[in-house]
Amino acid sequence: MAPPDTNPDVSALAAAPGLEEWHLDLHASGARREEAVARLHGLLLRAARFEVFRRRDSLPLVSASERDYLAQQAADYAALSVLRRLDDFRGESSFRTWAYKFALLEAAVKVRRRAWRDREVTLEPERWEELAHAGPQPDDDAENAALFEVVREGIRTALTARQRQVLVAAVLEGVPIDVLAERLGSNRNALYKMLHDARRRLREHVAAAGYPEANE
Amino acid sequence: MTGRDLDPTLKRLLGSNEPEIGCDECFAQLDRYVELELAGAPADALVPGLRAHLVGCPACAEEHESLRALLELDSVS
Repeated sequence: MAPPDTNPDVSALAAAPGLEEWHLDLHASGARREEAVARLHGLLLRAARFEVFRRRDSLPLVSASERDYLAQQAADYAALSVLRRLDDFRGESSFRTWAYKFALLEAAVKVRRRAWRDREVTLEPERWEELAHAGPQPDDDAENAALFEVVREGIRTALTARQRQVLVAAVLEGVPIDVLAERLGSNRNALYKMLHDARRRLREHVAAAGYPEANE
Repeated sequence: MTGRDLDPTLKRLLGSNEPEIGCDECFAQLDRYVELELAGAPADALVPGLRAHLVGCPACAEEHESLRALLELDSVS
């Protein structure tokens, strides 16, 4: 769990929620629009700084100024996304909440990618059995140990090479899905679907091997 | 063996049978879901499949936690 937010920058930038009609000016033109865009950017920068600060422990070697640069970049990209997708806003939440999520997404992805920038990602599925944490732990019971063997077999025989690659990297190596998407030239949604399908195939395999209770 | 007895690594490998939405749909619904949660409304019933996705997707789960935390911070600012 992330520590409580005590970043003075975030607190100082907090804007009173207030009325939200200002966002309608994003559809306007001229000075009204410019003012609304500036306000939007301030809101997104606040959210991006909040996220980068929350995840700062994953960037131990990154300076405060570089972290702030990441937040600025995230806010810039988020502003473009929000402006491009204004018509998607249906009022199912407040505009502020809707806009925040774009900045949080951009900032979170930038932090994850920065944290993994210099780390190797094992994309050779054959190596999965070498991973020390992939097997049963000392306090696992006999049934878990037996199930591990069935799962190992399932990973070997029931999955496609690509499914094996994604499952091993995302689940056993803990590679964030955005990082994996970047290295595989894919996107988060497509990779998660592949992971989901791989898990379903594994569950079917273990059920067929006599462990239907694990398939829940 | 029940799901609760499974080794944590096995749980992450096998995932859940529960129906879930994907990352794009999760992002599309996240603002509404979090506001429902904070209002004490039955978010899981009103946005089916999102909770199951958060269990299976650490990245979306992080962003859900952050949006919730930021809104909570706003509410006391």
